[in-house]
Amino acid sequence: MISSGPSLDRPFLTVNNLGVAFPTEDGLVRAVDGVSLTLERGKTLAIVGESGSGKSVTAQAIMGLVNRKAAQVSGEIWLDGQELIAMPEDEVQELRGSEIAMIFQDPMSSLHPFYRIGDQIVEAIRAHRPVSPRLAKREAIEMLRHVGIPAVERRVDAYPHQLSGGMRQRVMIAMALINSPALLIADEPTTALDVTVQAQILELIQRLQGEFGTTVILITHDLGIVADVADEVAVMYAGRIVERAPTAILYDHPEMPYTLGLLSSVPRMDRAALERLEPIRGNPPSPINLPKGCVFQPRCNYWERVPMGACLSARPELLASEPDHLVRCHLHVEERQRIAREVLAQLAGAPQ
Amino acid sequence: MTVETSEILNVTNLRTYFPVKSRGIIPRTIGQVKAVDGIDLKLASSETLGLVGESGSGKTTAARTILLLVRPTEGRIEIDGQDVTGFSTKALLPVRRKAQMIFQDPYNALNPRHTVGSIIAAPFRVQGVTPPGGVKNAVLDLMERVGLNPEHYNRYPNEFSGGQRQRIGIARAVALRPKLIVCDEPVSALDVSIQAQILNLLRDLQQEFGIAYLFVAHDLAVVKQISHRVAVMYLGRIMETASREVIYSAPLHPYTHSLLSAVPIPDPKRQRHRSRIVLQGDLPSPIDPPSGCVFRTRCFQAQEKCAIEVPPLVEIAPGHKVACHFPIEAKDLPARVEVEDIELQEEAPAAGAPATGPGLQTPHA
Repeated sequence: MISSGPSLDRPFLTVNNLGVAFPTEDGLVRAVDGVSLTLERGKTLAIVGESGSGKSVTAQAIMGLVNRKAAQVSGEIWLDGQELIAMPEDEVQELRGSEIAMIFQDPMSSLHPFYRIGDQIVEAIRAHRPVSPRLAKREAIEMLRHVGIPAVERRVDAYPHQLSGGMRQRVMIAMALINSPALLIADEPTTALDVTVQAQILELIQRLQGEFGTTVILITHDLGIVADVADEVAVMYAGRIVERAPTAILYDHPEMPYTLGLLSSVPRMDRAALERLEPIRGNPPSPINLPKGCVFQPRCNYWERVPMGACLSARPELLASEPDHLVRCHLHVEERQRIAREVLAQLAGAPQ
Repeated sequence: MTVETSEILNVTNLRTYFPVKSRGIIPRTIGQVKAVDGIDLKLASSETLGLVGESGSGKTTAARTILLLVRPTEGRIEIDGQDVTGFSTKALLPVRRKAQMIFQDPYNALNPRHTVGSIIAAPFRVQGVTPPGGVKNAVLDLMERVGLNPEHYNRYPNEFSGGQRQRIGIARAVALRPKLIVCDEPVSALDVSIQAQILNLLRDLQQEFGIAYLFVAHDLAVVKQISHRVAVMYLGRIMETASREVIYSAPLHPYTHSLLSAVPIPDPKRQRHRSRIVLQGDLPSPIDPPSGCVFRTRCFQAQEKCAIEVPPLVEIAPGHKVACHFPIEAKDLPARVEVEDIELQEEAPAAGAPATGPGLQTPHA
């Protein structure tokens, strides 16, 4: 797994045993519990999960956006040789917007409604670089043109409400990339958009990533988007990574029953419709009262195949099934591979 | 199946326009938003018609107009053989017994101060119906039927998850055994694992009670899962309608092709080697829709004729209707099409540039 010792060719991003816990009246909510991951420069990692899985909190922790007064943050986040969790707030602030940038689901709430979009980008430039207002504005216009805003000379003085949702998301992307950050975190960037606009925005992110060599973490619930753009996938459930693999491996040879459940839940446009979908039964667990054993056990169809009821009593570790394929499951490797083959064959073999 | 099929819904030439008022002390009507602009729909019992389109296509307004939650500007709505178009709110009461609605947001559709039992019993109260065995027993049966624990009869909506709240909404909608349920984006606010549960439940209820669904959604994969027939809307009009199989495997309208091509498929190998039609820009304003075919400003097939003549919705094969001057089969699509939005080009500084139609770029791979 991850070596904690110093290494010359350390990956660009290393997250080590990240924990984010919120004390509440009802008890401690461990939104993120022991998340570790590594990411090479220029690659795209998708973090997939349902609501409450901890995927957004993980992103916010990397971005340094988790309120330290309200939450207990533990572990290490190494970005390009710098550790972020122990770093003083003002230094994190300096990195944010220059080294790391983020785009959100709802661009309307991330853009200031009272300022012209051009001025907001100028501010982002001048917060990190000593550039004259005139040059900054020229740079802003150039970037807006680059992200595909039509009639830029006029639009640069528009207010956010004067733009459509897709245009606003383009402005957000322009603002996020204006200081050439090394890492871009995109949290559900297309969830609020129509499919045709979503396709435009995903293509734009990929194109700019290619041009600038940006490393991207994409947070999403949509397995179609992951298949489209990600190099690597981490599947999260109840605050933990339950499976992690290169994209092609995750879709062709998933092993964790939760991943299988997700793949069988989504209706497929490219296949004949099934008579019935195979949903995951039940509901996600309450974060205050997590199961003692495997967090997925109450919804898992296969836990009874593990001897001694291990799934009820012991938390499984995230272990390598193949060198770059990590799975958090008590089932024997061969057993879960056999289950996956059966489930996938059933999904693919649906009669017309 | 021995369920007798009969026509439950017949909508002809439905139009819903909203006035646009000027600002000032005495507002004048200065225009109209043609949210729904002349659509025909038919629906039989035990049948699901999927109504798809992007935001602003008018699909939700159409759904609401059909249940007369919004009054139509023009057209005729028949529910179970009865013309209900001009009915007063009072006269509609017995119609509501036959036609119900399920909403997108299960958080806003339930009264937070009422218990689940009271919410599901509301249709019986409002309609003055006492089912055999009493209201309470009927409600408990309904809760069981939709997968809720009947012991939770006295709980409030905030004690339930999103998926469970949607089940409450469904129990309320099926309480009086309606013949038609209009579902407006019923699963789009739910997580995928829960979404599949609700889709299965809707299908089970349809098979048990013979309910017809008008299923409004933007998610084409969900619509494929649940629908028998599909109608594709754009700017208030139906562009193409056909059986599910035809819409998804042999569509002819360029807009249908564009929509299908934009939905990412959860299979990396297939997804990365698909032909793509990338539409630029957004839907044009419905206040000032393009002349002729409303889709022409984003269409890769558009020619001069499209700006002049509105293409009628023509039946090309039995049950397959297309509103397009230049329909195209999937096999004739290029590997990649990029469609520039001509509206956007017209905004560019050189206003005097000759209008050359939509810029079709086909970089050959």
